[in-house]
Amino acid sequence: MSERGRGLWGDASRRLRRNRAAVASLAVLGLLVIASLVAPALSRFALDEVDWSLATLASPPSFANGHWFGTDSNGRDLFVRVWAGTQVSLLVALLATAVSLVIGVAWGATAGYLGGRVDDWMMRFVDVLYALPYMFFVIILTVAFGRSLFLIFLAIGAVGWLTMARIVRGQALALRRQPFVDAAITLGLPARRIIARHIVPNVAGTVIVYATLTVPQVILFESFLSFLGLGVQEPLTSLGRLVAEGAAEMESAPWQLLAPSAVLATILLCLNFLGDGLRDALDPRQRP
Amino acid sequence: MSAAPLLTVRDLRVEFDTPEGAARAVSGVSLDVMPGECLAVVGESGSGKSQLFLACLGLTAGNGRVSGSARLLGQELVGLTERQLNACRGTQVAMVFQDPMNALTPHLRIGRQLTEGLTDRGLLDVSAARRRALEALIAVGLPDPESRLDQYPHELSGGQRQRVAIAMALVCGPSLLVADEPTTALDVTVQAQVLRVLRQSRERGLSIVMITHDLGVVAGLADRVAVMYAGRVVEMAPAQELFDAPAHPYTAALLASVPRIAGAQSDRLAAIDGQPPRPQDRLPGCRFAPRCLQARDVCRAVEPETMTTDARAVACHAPLRQGWPS
Amino acid sequence: MSAPLLEVSGLDVDFALGRGWSRARRLLHALRGVDLEVPDGRSVGIVGESGCGKSTLARTILGLQAPTRGAIRWRGWTVDPADRSRMRSMRRELQVVFQDPFGSLDPRMTAGDSVAEALEALEGVTEAKARVHRVAAALDEVGLDAGFADRYPHELSGGQCQRVAIARATVVRPRLLICDEAVSALDVSVQAQIVNLLGDLLRRHGTALLFISHNLAVVRHLCDEVVVLYLGRVVERAPREALFAAARHPYTRALIAAVPQPDPRLARPALEHADTPDTRPDATTSTGCAFAPRCPLAIERCSTEVPPLESAGAGHAVACHRWRELAAGS
Repeated sequence: MSERGRGLWGDASRRLRRNRAAVASLAVLGLLVIASLVAPALSRFALDEVDWSLATLASPPSFANGHWFGTDSNGRDLFVRVWAGTQVSLLVALLATAVSLVIGVAWGATAGYLGGRVDDWMMRFVDVLYALPYMFFVIILTVAFGRSLFLIFLAIGAVGWLTMARIVRGQALALRRQPFVDAAITLGLPARRIIARHIVPNVAGTVIVYATLTVPQVILFESFLSFLGLGVQEPLTSLGRLVAEGAAEMESAPWQLLAPSAVLATILLCLNFLGDGLRDALDPRQRP
Repeated sequence: MSAAPLLTVRDLRVEFDTPEGAARAVSGVSLDVMPGECLAVVGESGSGKSQLFLACLGLTAGNGRVSGSARLLGQELVGLTERQLNACRGTQVAMVFQDPMNALTPHLRIGRQLTEGLTDRGLLDVSAARRRALEALIAVGLPDPESRLDQYPHELSGGQRQRVAIAMALVCGPSLLVADEPTTALDVTVQAQVLRVLRQSRERGLSIVMITHDLGVVAGLADRVAVMYAGRVVEMAPAQELFDAPAHPYTAALLASVPRIAGAQSDRLAAIDGQPPRPQDRLPGCRFAPRCLQARDVCRAVEPETMTTDARAVACHAPLRQGWPS
Repeated sequence: MSAPLLEVSGLDVDFALGRGWSRARRLLHALRGVDLEVPDGRSVGIVGESGCGKSTLARTILGLQAPTRGAIRWRGWTVDPADRSRMRSMRRELQVVFQDPFGSLDPRMTAGDSVAEALEALEGVTEAKARVHRVAAALDEVGLDAGFADRYPHELSGGQCQRVAIARATVVRPRLLICDEAVSALDVSVQAQIVNLLGDLLRRHGTALLFISHNLAVVRHLCDEVVVLYLGRVVERAPREALFAAARHPYTRALIAAVPQPDPRLARPALEHADTPDTRPDATTSTGCAFAPRCPLAIERCSTEVPPLESAGAGHAVACHRWRELAAGS
């Protein structure tokens, strides 16, 4: 009867482990991450090395010449490029999500907890930003500061936090009404302590789920930017760029589209399953 | 009086699937509700008192399994399809629930909610149904009933809404009303009025099952009382006898632990130690034994059978002498 | 004679109805002119039904709600939220237990953590060993063994959660404990346990109690003095025996009469006479006695003039124009 207490995280991980789709997705994602880090070293080609020994620059996949995924129109090995691109896409997604998470949670938790006029003003600010044309904003940034990786995830994160803030604010408003928050106030704790200790941990579940579902959005958005020519710069590449380039050569060289889109689709699918699984697992109302 | 019982429940069981195994909410309950009587079913959380009657009306949640028998006017209710159940819901048996704030549909007028049950079934036309609805509102003592028919629920207070809920339950003329904690969420002055409405309905021939944890409510309304603990009926007796001379130690302990508004007082209440077992816990022997002051070895090993006389029943190896002189 | 622990005088709390930019024209008078005293070591019960303002009263005393008018004095000092250090010392001596046992505890913190937070915030205890020791002692005092410190609220029953909440409130040995419907959400048999626990703790440490409840029987058991609120006003205040044996206000009488007693011989006749009409009270009017629309004794004066709180004997006060007639008639 008195085993060590099962934390809510313990309960959640047990529920998650029972969700086969989520577990499988986690495993696949793990493999993809490892592959993206390790695989480029396996090939003898470098990222932007043009293989002049090929008959045509754009050559299909073959084991013989070492281009396991084929080459792109410039003769560069796609195997290395796809995995390098995966690294970039994941990095951008994680960093952008992290940025939006930090800003969004802080903003939303504070607005929801303080309520009243402060909440009104803080959320009107969010509404105004929401109304700004996003692409316009990104284009201005890239034109002003050049196309650096840093800027890209900053731009994405700077917009991504808006929805996170809204979601967290809703949760914080509901939490604020709970007696344990009143109890914390009667202990004399200052607002920032209460927000940090009582509000944020209790929105963590929602935040994690939403963040997991944001990552695919970010990757897609970066792909979209790449498609428009605004994404990462050469010699770096991303899954989005590869897809964009591959789509242009779809008829003549389909393998250029196939490899990156397969990886991209797999990542997105896994993240969605994982996000769903996390949402179910972290719902405290469910049975353990 | 030896009329046939209105509702006959025999060995009813309700189980739910949980990761820890089957949770037995109701473990083999048998009881009768006679016509024109008010049977109070008393118990705390986990006693199964609500689940018992939800099962009779086919309202058990999806992951629950019901077995056993519940016959209403001779017709078996367990195992009926939704369609078959709907034929007797409202017209033969109706239910009133605890929360008056959510008992009524917020966007429909009161009159419409009352007449729905009649017109949808084609029992009456609209104007006749409206007349019947008005009668129902008058019967529950709602002041200014004509104008209420056109009002929305949010214009009424909690007690008034609960009375409308009772009117809705009675408008199709059922013989049995199951009221599940109908006054728990109400102020005590309002509770008294709602109980009076129920009493008056009973005097007009309605049979009532009153599910409650409040012994005062039981005392005011019930003819007979069934006390439930951890899924079983542990005692059944006429109301006055139950209060004067309980036979089961749990009943006696419950009566002793309730603070009174009049009469002698002491520093401490006679509280029962421990807490009721959860439906998923499996205990050998009597489920009240861990908390019972009179528990003996046999109580912890063997589950007691129910012993009955003509008016009383008790499930205990050693019922209290005052209530069970034998 | 030292100042009472807690003194509330002329307390008015108004809520603005309606949100948004057009801040309200209509006000909800949750509390009107409430006077109250809790002497050291005594237990005072606040009773009333929904809408009487008892929860608002608790929240205002605790500083969770700002008063609109009137003063709250703690040991003679007028409570001023701006004075941080005095607020801190007041908080150490004034603690609360709320109604919802599960909602009172942070679901992400263990029971031990919740109790330790009070120690840290109010007494500044941070050293690990002292923390563990005090938490174990506090849990032990409320009847939970040390293993409970590692449990989370969702693993505990309602009664156990409430014990943890009581442990958290009493670990710093407050002078006054406010209980806001602290047993109302519990099962009957668990209620009795918690009531006993509270009684034991209070007697052992000489703590004063402000017990807010709609359950008259529990208030009668625990409190020396009872204050009856109706729609924001104090309508009667008396020592326990005087109130229950000989209430002077028609509302108090109706309230006591409406509580069904666990004995059919008494409960059934009482049901016959349940005659307080159930009108939807309009909480925004302020002319006359708030109970007048429902009062069987109401006369014209009742609807126009608010009855003042008058003394009706030793420690007994009542706000009714006709209390003398009622007392004489009974």
